[in-house]
Amino acid sequence: MSDKKTLIINGKEVEFTDEPNLLEVIRKAGFNVPTFCYRPDLTQYGACRMCVVEVEYPNGRTIINSSCTMPPEANIKVKTNTERTRRIRKTVLELLLANHDRECTTCDKSGKCELQQYAEEYGIKDVSKYVQLRKDRYLPIDDSNPSIVRDPNKCILCGACVRACAEFQGHAVLGFANRGSKTVVQPIAGKPLGSVDCVFCGQCQAVCPTGALTIKNEVNPVWSLITDPNKKVAAQIAPSVRVAIGEEFGLEPGANTIGLINAALKEIGFDLVFDTNFSADLTIMEEAHEFVERVSKGENLPLFTSCCPAWVRYLELQHPDMLNHLSSCKSPQGMLSMVLRELVPKYFEGFTPENLNIVSIMPCTAKKAEAKREQLQKDGKYETDYVLTTQELAKMIKSAGIDFKSLEPVEGDSPFAQYTGAGTIFGASGGVAEAAVRTAYEFVTGEPLSDLDIKGMRGVDKNHRCKDVEIDIKGTKVKVRVVSTLKEAEKSLQEIKNGTADFHMLEVMACPGGCINGGGQPRSCDDTHIKEKRAQGLYKEDSELQYRRSNDNPDIKKLYAEYLEAPGSHKAHELLHTAYEDKFKGSYKDVVKA
Amino acid sequence: MSQQTQAGIDYSKVDEILAAYEYKKSNLIAILQKVQEVFRYLPLDIMTYIGTKIEGLSPATVYGVATFYAQFSLQPKGKYEIKVCDGTACHVRGSMPVLNAIKQCLNLTDGKFTTEDSLFSLETVSCLGACGLAPVVVVNGKVYPQMTADAIKIVIETIMKEEKEGN
Repeated sequence: MSDKKTLIINGKEVEFTDEPNLLEVIRKAGFNVPTFCYRPDLTQYGACRMCVVEVEYPNGRTIINSSCTMPPEANIKVKTNTERTRRIRKTVLELLLANHDRECTTCDKSGKCELQQYAEEYGIKDVSKYVQLRKDRYLPIDDSNPSIVRDPNKCILCGACVRACAEFQGHAVLGFANRGSKTVVQPIAGKPLGSVDCVFCGQCQAVCPTGALTIKNEVNPVWSLITDPNKKVAAQIAPSVRVAIGEEFGLEPGANTIGLINAALKEIGFDLVFDTNFSADLTIMEEAHEFVERVSKGENLPLFTSCCPAWVRYLELQHPDMLNHLSSCKSPQGMLSMVLRELVPKYFEGFTPENLNIVSIMPCTAKKAEAKREQLQKDGKYETDYVLTTQELAKMIKSAGIDFKSLEPVEGDSPFAQYTGAGTIFGASGGVAEAAVRTAYEFVTGEPLSDLDIKGMRGVDKNHRCKDVEIDIKGTKVKVRVVSTLKEAEKSLQEIKNGTADFHMLEVMACPGGCINGGGQPRSCDDTHIKEKRAQGLYKEDSELQYRRSNDNPDIKKLYAEYLEAPGSHKAHELLHTAYEDKFKGSYKDVVKA
Repeated sequence: MSQQTQAGIDYSKVDEILAAYEYKKSNLIAILQKVQEVFRYLPLDIMTYIGTKIEGLSPATVYGVATFYAQFSLQPKGKYEIKVCDGTACHVRGSMPVLNAIKQCLNLTDGKFTTEDSLFSLETVSCLGACGLAPVVVVNGKVYPQMTADAIKIVIETIMKEEKEGN
């Protein structure tokens, strides 16, 4: 195209190409407008009217329009901050605030709430001229869900959660109900969020601008564990936490802060700090073994990865007939907790099976629910005691008065301190499959794979939610499919059911882009590049590590030699593998016949 | 074969309706109307069923549509559906005394709108477009014009009598 398309924003000439809406052009030009409902990864909705701008057409006509729903047009003049737009935004804010539970200090989103932020920026001091939401009319808070708390009195009906649930996970558990002033966002018929088909991914609360949906906060019970002199607490940190938590302390997305996290955890009072990357390597050893075995026997193919608890729950709820495809490997969280329970009392003085507690730091809200699975108990005790999300750990670090950035990095505790690049990249969509192929290749051929970067599996943006890669293992073509979001996963499941599927392995991550964009991560819903930077951070660490294949990890070799015998051994099965359950029956929708 | 569940819902009928509308998301309102015609209301189980069977929908979405439109009822309706018009014309000509008379006659206290024997259900509508006949009551599609409290009592008592003799 020879002629450039331009428009004028606040007097500045701005070029635009294929931006989906005016709001994106405005942001690209370095300006900003407030919004509650616009999320770049979701469809535009135009519910909140906060992003209104004044648009002047070449013929002199001037209109007010929401910039998130307006396609950019050439030669228009846009003003983002005028008397009229300010007045409209103030009225929107006043009306929302009048109808809102304004107990900010005890709200979990306080300090990160967009409603609070804009109300402060726009100087809203008094909303008494409107009818107020009365305290005796407050709806009950729903904390029946193991991962997410829903407070309907803080909902502003922007619909971001409804879209996230439908567009990411394909099966909207949350929906609008009723009409007009009676409209609410709720699960079907107002049922508790814990009793419906929620997979606990937490994407709804990740896009929620207010405190209507928040992570179930478990910081306080963890503090109690730490301060109890009779208890010992070990922590494990998931791969993608290290490239995201820094954002809470002013570091760039993707900055690898594992050393700082280890230091902060020790400072807080954790007795031992381990890395889930180590058990990611362990998962690969078991899963690659399982994969090779299934391919040679030709049964239960394609193999589904089992690291993502939201995905596991989705299969249990929606497609229990396909559970045989799911890898029997526990997730890295489950594996490490089990290994720690078995071995920490043997390696470390003062630790006993009774006084050892395990807290895992995860990017994920669904891990909270995974930890409470019946199958992950030993002797009546959950293998993982508590799961904290990245956001919760950041809160702990802040409340402990630790200056995160100026900490001296420390290493994790041995004997499970070493990890490979294969373990690190678990955090990005495609990472598990890439890691598995690196090791499976060697299991089959006996030779190491020469080119370890499998670029076709990488990419975490909107256009990379379904990736097909073919690997040549000495003449045997192995096809791997990588999907993120359950909506994409469902398409692959339908292909399998129709008999048109052509792949041997299916990696599924429920969150768009994988764990780096998990429901427990710091806020990333307004900028699609944040998750890309986090993924780059993981791939950078992978490229810099000494070992990049899980089977090369010396600590893993030692663990097998001294304790687990071999991948797939009886001992390994006892500790590292799990079973699944048909949750379709007994679900609230058990009326549906297959 | 009809599939009967514990709730006594015949899902084969729902399947027929879904098939007639090609399991299409865009036909949802028509499907719900048809279901309501057959079952006289929209049972929660059926909304769940529809939301699961049609691609691109979820039970919560179907519930949202059903609660958005006043035409859909989530509670069982009676064999005789009484609609009392409370549009402006009917209201000024005395629809409220008629409504109260029906409530009294059917023993419907506040909040209840279906009789215990499921014979009658009562609702008000905004305008039936028959303002010349105000106040208007419609029972199962049959229009009763220029109603009074006494007249509607006779209408209801007649229906009750017919029902008794019919049994």
